[in-house]
Amino acid sequence: MAGAAGPAAGSGAAGGDGDDSLYPIAVLIDELRNEDVQLRLNSIKKLSTIALALGVERTRTELLPFLTDTIYDEDEVLLALAEQLGNFTGLVGGPDFAHCLLPPLESLATVEETVVRDKAVESLRQISQEHTPVALEAHFVPLVKRLASGDWFTSRTSACGLFSVCYPRASIAVKGEIKQYFRSLCSDDTPMVRRAAASKLGEFAKVLELDSVKSEIVPLFTNLASDEQDSVRLLAVEACVSIAQLLSQEDIEALVMPTLRQAAEDKSWRVRYMVADKFSELQKAVGPKITLNDLIPAFQNLLKDCEAEVRAAAAHKVKELCENLPIEGRETIIMNQILPYIKELVSDTNQHVKSALASVIMGLATILGKENTIEHLLPLFLAQLKDECPEVRLNIISNLDCVNEVIGIRQLSQSLLPAIVELAEDAKWRVRLAIIEYMPLLAGQLGVEFFDEKLNSLCMAWLVDHVYAIREAATSNLMKLVQKFGTEWAQNTIVPKVLVMANDPNYLHRMTTLFCINALSEACGQEITTKQMLPIVLKMAGDQVANVRFNVAKSLQKIGPILDTDALQVEVKPVLQKLGQDEDMDVKYFAQEAISVLALA
Amino acid sequence: MLLSLPALHLQTSEHHPLFQLPHGRLGPWCSPTGSPAPLSCETGCGEGTWILVCRLLVPTQVSLLSMEEDIDTRKINNSFLRDHSYATEADIISTVEFNHTGELLATGDKGGRVVIFQREQESKNQVHRRGEYNVYSTFQSHEPEFDYLKSLEIEEKINKIRWLPQQNAAYFLLSTNDKTVKLWKVSERDKRPEGYNLKDEEGRLRDPATITTLRVPVLRPMDLMVEATPRRVFANAHTYHINSISVNSDYETYMSADDLRINLWNFEITNQSFNIVDIKPANMEELTEVITAAEFHPHHCNTFVYSSSKGTIRLCDMRASALCDRHTKFFEEPEDPSNRSFFSEIISSISDVKFSHSGRYIMTRDYLTVKVWDLNMENRPIETYQVHDYLRSKLCSLYENDCIFDKFECVWNGSDSVIMTGSYNNFFRMFDRNTKRDVTLEASRENSKPRAILKPRKVCVGGKRRKDEISVDSLDFSKKILHTAWHPSENIIAVAATNNLYIFQDKVN
Repeated sequence: MAGAAGPAAGSGAAGGDGDDSLYPIAVLIDELRNEDVQLRLNSIKKLSTIALALGVERTRTELLPFLTDTIYDEDEVLLALAEQLGNFTGLVGGPDFAHCLLPPLESLATVEETVVRDKAVESLRQISQEHTPVALEAHFVPLVKRLASGDWFTSRTSACGLFSVCYPRASIAVKGEIKQYFRSLCSDDTPMVRRAAASKLGEFAKVLELDSVKSEIVPLFTNLASDEQDSVRLLAVEACVSIAQLLSQEDIEALVMPTLRQAAEDKSWRVRYMVADKFSELQKAVGPKITLNDLIPAFQNLLKDCEAEVRAAAAHKVKELCENLPIEGRETIIMNQILPYIKELVSDTNQHVKSALASVIMGLATILGKENTIEHLLPLFLAQLKDECPEVRLNIISNLDCVNEVIGIRQLSQSLLPAIVELAEDAKWRVRLAIIEYMPLLAGQLGVEFFDEKLNSLCMAWLVDHVYAIREAATSNLMKLVQKFGTEWAQNTIVPKVLVMANDPNYLHRMTTLFCINALSEACGQEITTKQMLPIVLKMAGDQVANVRFNVAKSLQKIGPILDTDALQVEVKPVLQKLGQDEDMDVKYFAQEAISVLALA
Repeated sequence: MLLSLPALHLQTSEHHPLFQLPHGRLGPWCSPTGSPAPLSCETGCGEGTWILVCRLLVPTQVSLLSMEEDIDTRKINNSFLRDHSYATEADIISTVEFNHTGELLATGDKGGRVVIFQREQESKNQVHRRGEYNVYSTFQSHEPEFDYLKSLEIEEKINKIRWLPQQNAAYFLLSTNDKTVKLWKVSERDKRPEGYNLKDEEGRLRDPATITTLRVPVLRPMDLMVEATPRRVFANAHTYHINSISVNSDYETYMSADDLRINLWNFEITNQSFNIVDIKPANMEELTEVITAAEFHPHHCNTFVYSSSKGTIRLCDMRASALCDRHTKFFEEPEDPSNRSFFSEIISSISDVKFSHSGRYIMTRDYLTVKVWDLNMENRPIETYQVHDYLRSKLCSLYENDCIFDKFECVWNGSDSVIMTGSYNNFFRMFDRNTKRDVTLEASRENSKPRAILKPRKVCVGGKRRKDEISVDSLDFSKKILHTAWHPSENIIAVAATNNLYIFQDKVN
């Protein structure tokens, strides 16, 4: 037993080399079985190195049989193995021997972990291309059949993904068999397998002859689309897209549309949701004519569906649907057939629906043009800006740029301001955080005057928010504003206000001054930094709170490179040296760090 | 929205659909007279009698196993040291479940352990041994935990076990305690790799200079080893105690129900679940009922039921909407005013709900009865069976010793023609739905030797006690049979009595 694994098949590529070159490989091989998952994983990832050292023959006769039985391992190891084997053809002796890789991948294709199985199937698909047509029928097709008729459903689900790669290169007789196997998987007892088959139906249809698609795939599709399990039916919607792409308009109308209409009115909301979710793809696949006759009415129904999830999914697709309509007549269709339903959604009872709509509705402005936007869309925007749900308002505000291009922001600004102010003062800090992040965008759209007048005070108020995340976001917001409006603006409006906070009785606010200086110094440049900011920072070195003092050290380190050497030597150095002798450990540490970074020692 | 239910091939009289039973399947306890009185075995209908196949004392089995398989569990080692006739709290079996083929039987206990038994393979020369179950695997599923945020202890007790449909050579099961559901994989290994490059067979390191060739490990057969590995942990989704888990017939989702909410999970996803039912009132003072059990329909992936402490059952259709707060059907029996008492509400609370294998019926267990409901009739059950009506006069003392809150479970046999549920004094009851006959049997060490025929028991209520009868007053309420299981296709049952698991078999088999 001991020697059995030895050099029996010895003529490996590394056979003649010295011990030195073998040692690392020996370590790798031993670590394939190490108790530490990470080491096993490392070894598997270097499997090609091992195989190269063993040579093609020993790889085939020893390494692969070992790997075939290694399916007990952790998922991540198996996943890595499945991936490696997909690129192993060269290492087992080229395409002639590609079939040697099938056994380990076959056993990986039956494990319970979906990601591993999917990866094994992916690798099998890759390897199938390296088989000669003869080898394909001799080795690969039997593998597919074995998987397809396996006892357990994991193997049958894996088989579903392999039909489309072997069909095009198989002989007529084998093609018939392949189709037969696929058919039986489509009516498998377990829903898992039917789902796998349904999800691969479109892909398989693409490699079939058009006649077969019509005579064989369509009936399968129709069956799956009326499966008793809605989890299967909903996958047929996706297949709908791929099948429709292959057929002519008449055939789509006759073979696909009855099923699609049925799906759009399915009893199960999950199926209708799927139709809504795939709407743009469906629209493209069936073409403009059927879209107008069938899909638009279906879409209207989805927009007023009784299930909020469905309405939200449909609302998400409003813009894409409108964009994809043929330009000719588009405006009329939208105005007459879509807009009335959108108007109702604006006052929907469910906030997810409203917020889904708010995230896309602004995009309609560019499609409908200035007049329609002002007349029809603007009231909707305004209503949504006053919505009780902050997410809806945020979504409108975040897409302001679309409208700005079409009608200019002035139309909105009257309503915009109260909405922004309200969000800025929302009790939930995440809402406040979200609106801060849109500030630079708003500032850009609204212009400096409007900003100074209305929004500047908000930006300063955030600096003293009681939530740190808000104060932090507010400082980086200031930096972005300075980048937009320039240093002069900064010097006049921002910097004085920031510096006043250095005398605040609350040490957290004093620290905010330092954080602002960190953020602003670079944008403001040397002059402002040296003349206005530095004195304040230096003064704060005498603060009684240690946190402030070590942040002074950190700030000095940050703004040091912007200052000239004179200021550094004369003003910064003595202060840092003094902080370096501080009684507080942290202050000392950061002061010394600053000294060494700024090379002031 | 109305549900369309499958047309079943049933001979239905008006409200009492009857299954056509295959011959010989009938429960053997039925007396030919048709009276509900249990029969003695001599007067049996001759087709077979329930016999004890084996009694599995869980800790004993575990400790034996722990010597062989080196399972590192503190508790198991402890159990080896203790006297096996003495059961500690941790050894009390808290759930029993056959897998879909009946080849495996899983039990969970209060100590958080899961023990899986495997049916003895059929062998020609030992026909009588067929049906015995031996320990296959045992593992610690849950450990006691402490929730520091809420200052709550989380018990390790296994509340429920559910097997998944078999998907490859390994077996999968879900086990849950009050808060966390875990998915376990139980798999066999019979080979192990041998041969290292850098060390020899004894594990001594080799001198790297002596390595002249590379060795690839080879797999050698070894003794069969069964390992249980945790595959998924579904945590942090339940504020209240989980009372049920149920695997959906779509094979990709399952639900977990606690006192106030039901969540839907995908087996692949542990970091999110969907809340499908939430009965928590905005103000907890308005709370009037809790969810006591929930189960998916065996074939319709969109349908599930849940029972409540008020004795009602709601059936929900997940197709209708994403949130199933509104039920599709509501099963409730109007209260009989003559039976109204202080305890009415407590004893009407449903402790278990089970769909029949056919999916047509629902069975519910409350404190004194088992009821069978037809999915198509919401206003009353089609069958009601008295489990231990003689306790009606003792409710007061049962309330005082808390027994009135015991949660008895109930099970169907493979063909839905017989139902079984537990009682006190180690008694369990079976009801034949066709003949309306019933029997009381006892699972206890004192009264049953292996292969012995079980004698039906009778409890007498009046003053005059006949031979073989037991007086209500002498019933032992500490010996309760809460958990039972029925083999999916054969007449084999598993009955958990504190720390003992009894396997009984219909002798005809």
